[in-house]
Amino acid sequence: MQGSFKRLVEVGRVVLITHGEDAGKIATIVDIVDHNRAIVDGPTTGVKRQIITYKNVVLTDIVVKRLPRTIGSKALAKFLEKEQVVEAWQKTAWAQKLEARKRRANLSDFDRFKLMRLKKQQRDIVDRQSAALRKERA
Amino acid sequence: MGRVRIDLHEYQVIGRRLPSEQEPTPKLFRMRIFAPNQVVAKSRYWYFLSKLHKAKQASGEIVSVNEIHEAKPMVVKNFGIWLRYDSRSGTHNMYKEYRETSRAAAVESCYQDMAARHRARFSSIQIIRVATVKASEVRRPYIQQLLQPNLKFPLPHRVQRPAKKADRALIIAQRPSTFY
Repeated sequence: MQGSFKRLVEVGRVVLITHGEDAGKIATIVDIVDHNRAIVDGPTTGVKRQIITYKNVVLTDIVVKRLPRTIGSKALAKFLEKEQVVEAWQKTAWAQKLEARKRRANLSDFDRFKLMRLKKQQRDIVDRQSAALRKERA
Repeated sequence: MGRVRIDLHEYQVIGRRLPSEQEPTPKLFRMRIFAPNQVVAKSRYWYFLSKLHKAKQASGEIVSVNEIHEAKPMVVKNFGIWLRYDSRSGTHNMYKEYRETSRAAAVESCYQDMAARHRARFSSIQIIRVATVKASEVRRPYIQQLLQPNLKFPLPHRVQRPAKKADRALIIAQRPSTFY
């Protein structure tokens, strides 16, 4: 029955927090309270141990394997470092997209101007090359 | 807006009858009361005490009120709650189980649950006993199902909402994907 669902709520599942003050950070499920809430902890990402509803969280593909239930913060940090969870998360296209979106939102007016200039230069190179190719073909 | 939370606390209330000539050192009575604040806790104390003993607020005094904090508020426990409530047609005793991290939170969700299932009000519910229950002694199947080892389950219908309600789009080009 669970076959078609790729991501399950389980101890060790890494989640992305989407709401509240920790929005945008990842944390790990340490214990399941019930069908609506779990205890998450993120000692390596600055997320305090807390009870969180699944509504404020998105499950990711990353799972810390063989994580004991109700593990303490310090021991969890060791697990996360050994499994390189943060690195694995940063490597995902999803995390990179979020990062790019954040960087874009923080650009100043001058940064956007520079970006426009660079894009123009890029476009210029591509156009010249494709024009040369077209000439060759003809 | 949102859910109406009562935000209960657990208080230890100690009181006694006023000292009199017949009774120079009255017996102290201690009670653990779940209430939203100390004022309500004291009021509930007299309510319950007058049911159990010949004592009342007018001829008695509160010796101390202090809050009992949960020893480990970040550990999930199974709570059994014994309660008594007055329905529209009679009085019933009940035993219910909750999975929470503190006694006060368990009682709070018990009040919500009783309001939802039986339309019972705060005033018509009396909490008799609250105790943590060992996993092997959990009786109710809705809690038992959460106690199996290596518990895992999917979230079958996920509605993604923006972090701020103001960012919510009323009309979107594509149907949202609720599966994952």
